[in-house]
Amino acid sequence: MQLQLSPEMQAFREEMRTFFTTQVPKEIRDKGAARRHPTKQDFVTTQQILNAAGLAVPHWPVEYGGRDWTPLQRHIWREEMQLAHVPEPLAFNTSMIGPVLAQFGNQEQKDRFLAKTANLDIWWCQGFSEPDAGSDLAGLRTTAVQDGDEWVVNGQKTWTTMGQYADWIFCLARTDPTAEKKQRGISMLVFPMDTPGVTLRPIELLDGGFEVNEVFFEDVRVPSENLIGEVNKGWDQAKFLLGNERVGIARVGGTKGMLALAKELARETTYNGRPLLEDARYSSRIAEIENELVALELTALRVVANSADGKPHPASSVLKLKGSVLQQEVTELIVDIAGPLSVASFAEEGSDVPDWARVSAPEYLNYRKVSIYGGSNEVQRVIISGTILGL
Amino acid sequence: MDFTYDSEQNDLREAVAALLARAYGDSEVRRKVTKNDPGFDEKVWTQLAEMGLLGLPFAEEHGGMGAGPVEVAIVAEEIGRVLAPEPFIEAVVLAGGLVDAVGTDAQKGELLGAIAGGTSVPTFAHAEIGTRWTASASAVTATEAGGSWTLTGVKEPVPHGARADVLVVSAALPGGGTGLFVVDGEATGLSRTGYRNIDGTRSANVRFDGTPATQLGAGGDQTDAIERALAVARIAYAHESVGAMDTALRTTTEYLKTRKQFGVTLNKFQALNFRAADMYVSLELARSIALWASVVQLSDGDVVTAADRARLLTSRTGRHIGKDAIQLHGGIGVTAEYKVGHYTARLTTIDHLLGDGDFAADRLAAKVGSYPTVDPLGAPYA
Repeated sequence: MQLQLSPEMQAFREEMRTFFTTQVPKEIRDKGAARRHPTKQDFVTTQQILNAAGLAVPHWPVEYGGRDWTPLQRHIWREEMQLAHVPEPLAFNTSMIGPVLAQFGNQEQKDRFLAKTANLDIWWCQGFSEPDAGSDLAGLRTTAVQDGDEWVVNGQKTWTTMGQYADWIFCLARTDPTAEKKQRGISMLVFPMDTPGVTLRPIELLDGGFEVNEVFFEDVRVPSENLIGEVNKGWDQAKFLLGNERVGIARVGGTKGMLALAKELARETTYNGRPLLEDARYSSRIAEIENELVALELTALRVVANSADGKPHPASSVLKLKGSVLQQEVTELIVDIAGPLSVASFAEEGSDVPDWARVSAPEYLNYRKVSIYGGSNEVQRVIISGTILGL
Repeated sequence: MDFTYDSEQNDLREAVAALLARAYGDSEVRRKVTKNDPGFDEKVWTQLAEMGLLGLPFAEEHGGMGAGPVEVAIVAEEIGRVLAPEPFIEAVVLAGGLVDAVGTDAQKGELLGAIAGGTSVPTFAHAEIGTRWTASASAVTATEAGGSWTLTGVKEPVPHGARADVLVVSAALPGGGTGLFVVDGEATGLSRTGYRNIDGTRSANVRFDGTPATQLGAGGDQTDAIERALAVARIAYAHESVGAMDTALRTTTEYLKTRKQFGVTLNKFQALNFRAADMYVSLELARSIALWASVVQLSDGDVVTAADRARLLTSRTGRHIGKDAIQLHGGIGVTAEYKVGHYTARLTTIDHLLGDGDFAADRLAAKVGSYPTVDPLGAPYA
């Protein structure tokens, strides 16, 4: 047993740290540190810088830009990126459709999409969830009917994150309504968001932002060559994609950064004539969260060390569950530090309330999402009790 | 970074598990053993000695095995898994650890050899009524006259204090500070009253009345050595807790799969399965931090803070798993006739021996403002 990273891994960590903190523009990282959302251009700029250095899709197959790193290297890469407040490569491109195309796509599709997907020349969005198909994704009702060389798509998707920025959508649709098992009759189609018949309605979230959308399809005609994998086998791709979605979902680096910010804010905030950080209730709350975060990080490192052939370790459900709860606890802590100032969410010029306090309640409410997306925490409990505990 | 057990460590675990399964695989045996003094099985103690486990952390020149903290952790976890009542942590890790850290070469040769051989079962007499988990002593005072020392005052609760043949005693020094002394079990002016703890182990009220004592090591203030020894014992207890939590959860899931109500097994009820899933999350987090703390000790890092971290998390998770293990069993979990409640009793005792979760949280909270983030693989741990 050994605590320290090997000299090679220490050097690797240093290399990542140096790259992220010197090559990604400071104004983009500062936004992240101040808990403000990156713009579309921030995402594109960052991912293209990373991609030029081979750091956007290290987990892809080597022939498409991957790096053949160990799980520990990928872990370090991700953690250092989060600690430096660098907007991560767009998950829809790099963790979702990219690996699916590399695994299931034909050569023509790979040649057509992968390089542009890695470089964010194409911005992808996800057409999975529907109003009646959330955790029960296989209950989806959007249909695709073959008509000559085309599929005709009708239906509705929802929770399509950043769909308003997207160039293309990857979409699950029912292609065999007669299949006995509902998982059997599903296929994956990809098409441009400006295809006639596609309309998008932004959904305002509790924080006042527009992060997710409804997407409607009315007789959307998609060429046959845009079907990924085999007809009616789309569920295999969906499962593959959702498995990847949970990798790195502990978000330890990001939560560490938020907790460090919380400490600073508690130091600057006065209560009963003393910094809030010296208040026993606050300092022990921070200590408890921080301690669980240490345990989570160590669990992530154990999982990383034991994950073979790229398959997610069953304990990755633990990472999702605890990781989401800790993210939420830190956002809650920051609202509480803001205290009376936290109500001023939409203050503009002329208010003395600092930015961090304005965004604290919106972010706290927005972060309710992290225990819902990527397989809700209740779904994770089903996985743990069923797969791990055999219940 | 490497948190994997090597083949020798796996062999050690297998051997210890086999020995302890023979002894306490049937939980009724433990129940019988702990009904009678000294609260553990002297024959099992001898077997532990024969396997070399009682000298595990001590140097070979002192009769030990020269093994490290990870090996100690393995033994502690296996002890927790079957709730073996033998005082391995109390006698070997804590009392023996203090002798090893502070004692003169002669004391080490004499005392550690006897511990390793199984002939001596020492204890650390440290707790005093009215104090909570400090590293110092006040109720027992040390006095020097003519070059020899005597102790006066009361220690309680002292782990297996009536059975111990050697007592390592902390005492307030005349010039301030806390010294460490060795008192023979047969010493004059020493009176001991033992009793049973909630988990079946033993404690004692130990009175010193001008009791002759020998300084451990060179003498002087030993507060730092005590703090460190307590930290090392806290880490060992974290592993014992992980072993106990593991069995508590396993016992619970087996029960959910077999117990029937409403015509179906209990694992048909999602409300129960979800609670078991949360117990698993707690267990895995506890396992991670306990192992890490041992590796910090191996790396000679900040063992006191690492121990506080392990203590805090195993306190919280021990309570969570201990309480829910009983709840998910229902009434039978509260009986002494079924094993699961004994795990909760032991976890409750461990939780209060050397500092509870709030105690550890307070100590960590006092420092949170002094650094921005924790790197568990870096300073001050590595």
